[in-house]
Amino acid sequence: MNTENAVMMTVNGNEVSRTIPARRSLAEFLREDLNLTGTHVGCEQGVCGACTVLLDGRSVPSCLVLASQADGCAVSTVEGMANGQDLHPIQQAFWQEHGLQCGFCTSGILMTVYEFLLRTHGPSEEEIRRTLAGNICRCTGYQNIVKAVMAADRMWER
Amino acid sequence: MRPSPFAYISVRSVDEALQALADYGEESKLLAGGLSLVPLLNVRQVRPRHVIDLGRVDELNYIRLQDGGLMIGALTRQRTVEDSMLVRDHCPLLYEAIKQIGYVRIRNQGTIGGAIVHADPLGELPAVAIAAGARLHVRGLRGDRVLDAVAFFTGGGTTALAHDELLLAVEFPAWVGSVGSRFREFSPGGSGYAIVGVAAMLSIDDAGLVQRIGLGLMGVADCPFDAAFAAAGLLHGRTPDAAVLTQAADAVATAITPNSDLKGSAAYRRHLARTLTEQTLKDAAGQARPYPMH
Repeated sequence: MNTENAVMMTVNGNEVSRTIPARRSLAEFLREDLNLTGTHVGCEQGVCGACTVLLDGRSVPSCLVLASQADGCAVSTVEGMANGQDLHPIQQAFWQEHGLQCGFCTSGILMTVYEFLLRTHGPSEEEIRRTLAGNICRCTGYQNIVKAVMAADRMWER
Repeated sequence: MRPSPFAYISVRSVDEALQALADYGEESKLLAGGLSLVPLLNVRQVRPRHVIDLGRVDELNYIRLQDGGLMIGALTRQRTVEDSMLVRDHCPLLYEAIKQIGYVRIRNQGTIGGAIVHADPLGELPAVAIAAGARLHVRGLRGDRVLDAVAFFTGGGTTALAHDELLLAVEFPAWVGSVGSRFREFSPGGSGYAIVGVAAMLSIDDAGLVQRIGLGLMGVADCPFDAAFAAAGLLHGRTPDAAVLTQAADAVATAITPNSDLKGSAAYRRHLARTLTEQTLKDAAGQARPYPMH
């Protein structure tokens, strides 16, 4: 029984290929094989949202997706957001509004918000809070995260 | 924890999937989105030697009208169903319920077929399938069959699906008469796993009398629960006024035998089931209109 297989995918615009154990999750692949440790692993049950990445442009819990399922796909992680030294407008907004404290949940929140704001212009606070309900933050109390998302909505030309 | 080692097989067609099931037998497991299966793999509750990934079987990804009802390919992502105008127009119950599954990232990856086959007693889609009288189209090497949702869920997380069979599509047939539906679930904090949920659908004939009722309950048994039997006798051929619908909800609450756990006692679950059944039946009766809506 061959428990390894080859995968090839585009991660933040770069093509990567590796041979990996079939049981490896996408989160583990990003962190251990590609050293992209910005994606954090919290609950490993799809509940906390810390591991959220974009798979072909749609947010997914990378702890519950096998890396092999992403074979041939495009993956975007928090490392792909900034353009060199220039923060992405969402990142800029989180910095300005103090939308983070310890930062563990932040990369997952940024990916969730990226997808949300691409689909939603001028969201209400209620919509923002409902979206953020899937990303657990135990530091901030969410007030500044909500402010940051509102600021990002204004700052990001899309 | 990590899953036990397995071999990963990616198939491109239904035929390839059925062949792989035949080749690898009982030690294999089909993988759709993975949101139900991967957590079970991670805690080693299931330890397949072969995982057969259906994610690239494009022929199972579609939403179309058929005989006035909806036919949805088993590999269609829940988010695609949620975004579909066809679903909004032709099965509002499904649209209403699917928005309440987990979070966006869960619905982006989760499929309609995967959620039904896993028969989670707390799953929204099995309850909707029961209430709407969904028909499950199944294929095996021995042939095709079509199963009613109520016969599909056989208790304790099991289904009538044989190991060498594959769910092809979920059909939501058109109902005749004026049709109304409502889905409601109760979760602490308003998101995440629900404690109890109810999917209700009913149709009313030209004389204003109830002619058909579907009721699927979440969180009141070890499997998705068909409660129509408890309410049908009271409602059939009657005008669905408030008193009759309250009686029906009482009958449903008496017919269930929920378990107690950390999230809610049996008495609390029975209370929620009664309240949500009453609310959903009243809403469904109140908004009943000819089907399908255009």
